[in-house]
Amino acid sequence: MSQQLTACERRPWIEAVETPFIRIKNITKSFGDFAAVDDVSLDIYKGELFCLLGGSGCGKSTLLRMLAGFETPTSGHIEIDGQDMAGVSANLRPTNMMFQSYALFPHMSVEHNIAYGLLREGISKPEAMARVGDMLALVKLGDFAARKPHQLSGGQQQRVALARSLVKRPKLLLLDEPLGALDKKLREETQFELIQIQESLGVTFIVVTHDQEEAMTLSTRIGVMDAGKIVQIGEPPQIYEAPDTKFVADFIGSVNMFEGKVDVAVADTLRIKTSDAGVDLVVDTHQNVDAHQKVWIAVRPERIVISRDKPKADNVVKGMVEEVAYLGNLSIYRVRLGTGKVLKVTKSNRLHDGAAIKWDEDVYLSWSAAAGVVLTK
Amino acid sequence: MRALLARLGLNGRTLVIAVPMVWLLVFFLIPFLVVLKISVAEPLIARPPYSPLFVDGAIKATFSNYAYLWQDALYINAYLSSIKIAFFATVLALLIGYPMAYYIARSAEPKRSLLLLLIVLPFWTSFLLRVYAWIGILKTKGILNLILMKIGVISEPLIIMQTDIAVYIGIVYTYLPFMILPLYANLVKLDDSLLEASTDLGARPVTTFIKITLPLSLPGIIAGSMLVFIPAIGEFVIPALLGGPDTLMIGKILWSEFFSNRDWPVASAVAIAMLVLLVIPIMLLRMAEGKQGAAT
Amino acid sequence: MKRSIFLPVVAFIGFLFLYIPIVSLVIFSFNKSKLVTVWGGWSTKWYGELLHDPQILGAAWISLKIGFVSATLATVLGTIAAMVLTRFGRLRGRGLLTGMVTAPLVMPEVITGLSLLLLFVTMEAMFGWPAGRGMLTIIIAHTTFCMAYVAVVVQSRLVDMDDAIEEAAADLGARPLRVFFDITLPMIAPALISGWLLSFTLSLDDLVIASFVSGPGASTLPMVIFSKVRLGVSPDINALATLIVVTVAIGISISWFFMRKKVK
Repeated sequence: MSQQLTACERRPWIEAVETPFIRIKNITKSFGDFAAVDDVSLDIYKGELFCLLGGSGCGKSTLLRMLAGFETPTSGHIEIDGQDMAGVSANLRPTNMMFQSYALFPHMSVEHNIAYGLLREGISKPEAMARVGDMLALVKLGDFAARKPHQLSGGQQQRVALARSLVKRPKLLLLDEPLGALDKKLREETQFELIQIQESLGVTFIVVTHDQEEAMTLSTRIGVMDAGKIVQIGEPPQIYEAPDTKFVADFIGSVNMFEGKVDVAVADTLRIKTSDAGVDLVVDTHQNVDAHQKVWIAVRPERIVISRDKPKADNVVKGMVEEVAYLGNLSIYRVRLGTGKVLKVTKSNRLHDGAAIKWDEDVYLSWSAAAGVVLTK
Repeated sequence: MRALLARLGLNGRTLVIAVPMVWLLVFFLIPFLVVLKISVAEPLIARPPYSPLFVDGAIKATFSNYAYLWQDALYINAYLSSIKIAFFATVLALLIGYPMAYYIARSAEPKRSLLLLLIVLPFWTSFLLRVYAWIGILKTKGILNLILMKIGVISEPLIIMQTDIAVYIGIVYTYLPFMILPLYANLVKLDDSLLEASTDLGARPVTTFIKITLPLSLPGIIAGSMLVFIPAIGEFVIPALLGGPDTLMIGKILWSEFFSNRDWPVASAVAIAMLVLLVIPIMLLRMAEGKQGAAT
Repeated sequence: MKRSIFLPVVAFIGFLFLYIPIVSLVIFSFNKSKLVTVWGGWSTKWYGELLHDPQILGAAWISLKIGFVSATLATVLGTIAAMVLTRFGRLRGRGLLTGMVTAPLVMPEVITGLSLLLLFVTMEAMFGWPAGRGMLTIIIAHTTFCMAYVAVVVQSRLVDMDDAIEEAAADLGARPLRVFFDITLPMIAPALISGWLLSFTLSLDDLVIASFVSGPGASTLPMVIFSKVRLGVSPDINALATLIVVTVAIGISISWFFMRKKVK
């Protein structure tokens, strides 16, 4: 049974044999002339933990609210488990939402907050309370049943909100910036708990976030959004290692970007003439490009090797160290090349190989042809 | 049942909207149309004391009532006088109310809550009775004159009662809480660190007040002033009890036109004129404020 | 920053100004003499006169009844109006409703009173209802202008509220009416209570509108007071004023204690 393997393990989006659980078809939401969501189409599979990632104003929250039923699409369809959601009001949808502000009912206890949705289904009070008890155990708040929301800490309130939205066993759980209000340490712990809960219950999650680290940690797949459109969908490694556009490359993590023109192509390797680096750069790619086409090369900071002696590598440039930031587990170097361009290089401090590189040192930066990604847009 | 109502285009939502809408249309909006209609009628000795609008299928209307308003200086003077009195009373209320609001806003709890309570308490007691209280104080054989004569400040009693001054006192007195509360609400939100920054940059207390506090409290000043000025123009009770026959206020004029002269058409014309000159500009102002508030 | 003596002094004078008339009312309610200028000694005879005056007692009773009904009706209608304006999203006639709901706040009472009276007269001539004017017409009039105040109070509370809470209830399966009674109503309850009390006070205190729309046999307390005080000072009115001030002071103190307890 496919339930026994998590979506992460099954990866149904590769073969596309399984019917998508959530189908978003050409959804547009306009406010006057402004399109908050612009012709978005997306398939999400059962059991996924899908993240909509983007900056503020990109339309991710609007899309989420359309799934929940709080906004009506201007055009397009939404199907959940084969059922068209047009005309279905929020209280009748098989979705539940965990709100950014948690939206706990202040005049009800934790127990009654969680039981509320079950009682609306007509479930008897004893049975509802039993399920509430199970859920409280799952989120580790068993002792807090009788408390009121204002007597809980932020992290505890967040768990109540999660429990309340999960107890009805919805087909789809929508989470709006669920970890935004938590401090860093709590956020990290909660991220893993969230994944565990999701995998054990098998509920499909759609999470909206602007925090790309969070998206990378939580997701089975990420959908990057910008200005109302989805610009790339993929698994976290794919998004990170193989971004489709400059926007995505820049949005996720840090990146060094070189702008140049295609000079020569030999098999899958390109030679790029660029004024940013001062030398010609070599990069591998599967894309079809024309000679003299304008392209960009994206190189992640951790793929660049920094050394005092000139190495043998596909791409080598010279520069001077401007800044060193020591972060304990790694160090970040900002190196200014002869052309004036500044590159960011990170180096793990795992190997204490020789004296650490300091400010104002002349260094060589090098990377392989495979380390770069060619971007045409 | 629900299906039937849905066929008629009525659903729960429409019914809910309809309840206050219909009530207000019938008991708020339509009355103005009625007033308009009667303002173009002629007074009759009849019940009701005005001529009907439709006579044998034709509309019989006259603008003589409005012409009368225009021609008789009394009405124009009353309008101008009402505006003048309301304006100066508002200024006085502001001068007294601002320091009080400031003092309360700067006080620490629980003193602040207590002071607020003391401001609000008179508001909950009868308006009529508080105006009445001034009769006993201001009249010729009243408390004020008694005290002033006893301590020798004056030898003849002051004639305050039944003059415009008594009306000013009355308006400022009764409307003072309406000035203080919006001012307080604004001043209490004033960030102390702004004042500290101003001092830190070298400003004297007076300068800080004029350049920082005053401009930032402007919304409160406007709100409080509107809450005093607008109702004061149409006041009836205060000029009736404290003012004299010379005190011209338009609210009093409308009342006597209706009750004493029994001239419903003219009273209606006065009401319409008041609406056009007063209320409609005010509503436009509020709509403009509302739009601006939404835009910011 | 050193605080000058200026503010406290001005504030003190201001409070004095606010309270001296009230205090004078109370003091002279105990003056045996009818004249303000002559102190005839302490006496409670005016209270006796007040409590045996059928006209005043009757009017007080009528005012209380009108106040109760009007305040309750106004609270219901005003709350519905506030909900419609804040929570119903786009609706046709929003401008009209907003205007009609807030206009009574700026409308001079003489205009409201006159217009309602003329409406009632016209309606009686056309439909036979309302038959004559009295308590019913006063109640209708008071409800109409009080609902504006209730709407303002409730609206400001609704706007402050996190409306995600109502969305959460809907998301969990509650139909709109349920959301209102389960979630919204408990959360706006304090605003409803303030609105009711405000309406009650306004109704009890109204002279102008009641004078216009009232009829024989339905004299409200303010109407009776007004006719008496037009003729001059009347100590039994002082006694009435004192009773009202004391009641209000007690009421406010009680609510203040409750508020402080809640905060703690």
